[in-house]
Amino acid sequence: MDLLPALISGLALGSLYGLIALGFHLTFSVCGALNFAQGSSAMLGAVLTLALRQAGLPSAAAIPVAIFLCGLYGLVVERAAVRPFLARRSDAWLMATVALGLITDNAALFLFGSEPRAMSSPLVQSSVTIGGVGLGVYQLHLLVPVVALAIAGALHLLSRRSLWGVAMLATAQNRDAASLMGIPVSAMVAGAFAASSALAGAAGIMVAPLFNVQSDMGVVLGLKAFAVAILGGLRNAWGVMIAGLLFGVAESTITMSLGSGYTQMLTFALVILALAVRPNGLLGKAEVRKV
Amino acid sequence: MPQPSRRTLLIGGGAVMALGGAAIALKRPGGGEPIKIGLITALSGQSARSGEAISRGLTVAIDEINAAGGLLGGRQVELIRRDDESSPAKGVTAARELIFKEKVAVLVGGLDTPVARAIVPIATQAKTPFMVPWAAGTAITHNGADPNFVFRVSAVDEEVDKAMVAYAREVFSARKPGLIMLNNPWGESNEKGLQAALSATGLSPAGSERFEASDIDVTPQLGRLRAAGADALLLVGTVGPSAQVVKSLDRMGWTVPVVSHWGPAGGRFGELAGPNAGRVKFVQTYSFAGPSSPIRDRVMTALKAKYADIKGPADVTPAVGVANAYDAMHLTALAIAKAGSTDGDAVRRGYAGVEVYDGLIKRYERPFATSHDALGQQDYVWAQFEGDHIVLASPSRV
Repeated sequence: MDLLPALISGLALGSLYGLIALGFHLTFSVCGALNFAQGSSAMLGAVLTLALRQAGLPSAAAIPVAIFLCGLYGLVVERAAVRPFLARRSDAWLMATVALGLITDNAALFLFGSEPRAMSSPLVQSSVTIGGVGLGVYQLHLLVPVVALAIAGALHLLSRRSLWGVAMLATAQNRDAASLMGIPVSAMVAGAFAASSALAGAAGIMVAPLFNVQSDMGVVLGLKAFAVAILGGLRNAWGVMIAGLLFGVAESTITMSLGSGYTQMLTFALVILALAVRPNGLLGKAEVRKV
Repeated sequence: MPQPSRRTLLIGGGAVMALGGAAIALKRPGGGEPIKIGLITALSGQSARSGEAISRGLTVAIDEINAAGGLLGGRQVELIRRDDESSPAKGVTAARELIFKEKVAVLVGGLDTPVARAIVPIATQAKTPFMVPWAAGTAITHNGADPNFVFRVSAVDEEVDKAMVAYAREVFSARKPGLIMLNNPWGESNEKGLQAALSATGLSPAGSERFEASDIDVTPQLGRLRAAGADALLLVGTVGPSAQVVKSLDRMGWTVPVVSHWGPAGGRFGELAGPNAGRVKFVQTYSFAGPSSPIRDRVMTALKAKYADIKGPADVTPAVGVANAYDAMHLTALAIAKAGSTDGDAVRRGYAGVEVYDGLIKRYERPFATSHDALGQQDYVWAQFEGDHIVLASPSRV
């Protein structure tokens, strides 16, 4: 009977991993670089929301403002830790984004304090019941996958149907050609980083009421999201989202059935196995390289 | 105006410093150099608040000792603090500096067990007594050194584990408790201790589960323990992770009693765990919420006078840091008085010779005559959260 809550909770966490992983997908598609400060963006989303609420803002205002600020943070990441290196065809953005994430985490520790704080929410007051039987999950657990899948769907539509999305795809396919066609390539790349940080920020805000808000809360989230992004295939948005859901469900069902000692070993072993079978990710396709 | 020459500046500076020195010397009643006590603890980072509590307990005790005329014929006691940032390497560096450069009579410190364990060999080698007011790792005082220079006024993991089993048994009639441990060295050593304590009383656990500090959902682990028929939970975890356990239990609608190590006591457990934070009963060496006593009232008055943020008993957090350090400092003063000097080996024997001390936590009778731990299972009290405050659990002792 405990299997159902474990499944729902796994789906909720998995869709959050997926949402953060979509950020990896976005930036990789547009410029071939990844933002390893994604975990920090998730933390920022939660910390900023809490700080804004403490300053007296209602949640309805605090949440969008926090997500917007996370987007700005993404612009900073792109400007400071990615653009200088891409311009010189260097891969040092790898280290630079990791470093910027660490700086952000430590700045948050310094400004926000070391004590974990609670993010209250009306959606985690009591467990959902159906016909008098407790499901063992909060409303938030049910809401999170819906919101995450809606965001993923909207992103998909946007990239296929809007001019902005088509320009982004064009930038991803051939940067120089896109530039010649009058597409503002630098702005597209910056936009992708802003969007990726905003997505992670939204995930951080959603996870906060289920967890504690603290400066290092994004580290493990970012790591798992990266595993999910690779597993799904970095170039495929739906693949990333599906991988997130699978990862979350695998985590909770393995813990439930075999015990917590096996969770990390088995989930990551499954990731390696899946990649051995499908090296480009679950829905990824091998890239054609022109030499 | 001509510039003063470098020599004039030097002489002038020297004169000012000499005068300053003389002024400080004049302020000291009695004679002799101050007796230095070196404190090594976390003063920044995650555990800074606990480090500050230790610092306050020592300071209040030292003020009392100095006001009563100091030690060894009027020598004043002076506290020198160093930050270890919870890092064993930094703790070791600080210990060397305090022992060899500052020549402290006694080292006090060790908030984190790994830091304390790293300092033990240095203190032993330098023959400098090392008093531990917090870290609970059993091996700190049971370190195999002879002679043993390490003393402790705090909880000891092995004793806490026995106390947790006893509390679960007596208060909640638990016969098959489930273990839920944070996945780190602290959780692991307590798991061994709890297993040993259970088998010593003829009980066996329903199961033993670990969880990560980063685990957002602990229901899968708890679900396993429920399925195995656990009738109480024995919890070892720090503040945030312990709160995750409570929230997961709430969601599952599982109203099992929770008996815990002292992890929840630091920080905002009441806020993090929500309305049901009070269901967790955790061990403490002392609570200012307990019955009034002359010593408690005296210490409270001193704390309120010295620290603006303390308005009442509820503001003394973590209370164990203040209380352990306060008693540890008075016991150290008695040991130095007994030794008649600040020689390390003499002070070590001085500790063993301390007869009676009416302390904040209890009346100590020959506390270090046979053991290096002044507190044991019988001295612990049980507490719980009520809103944001720690109050005594009922019953607070078994």
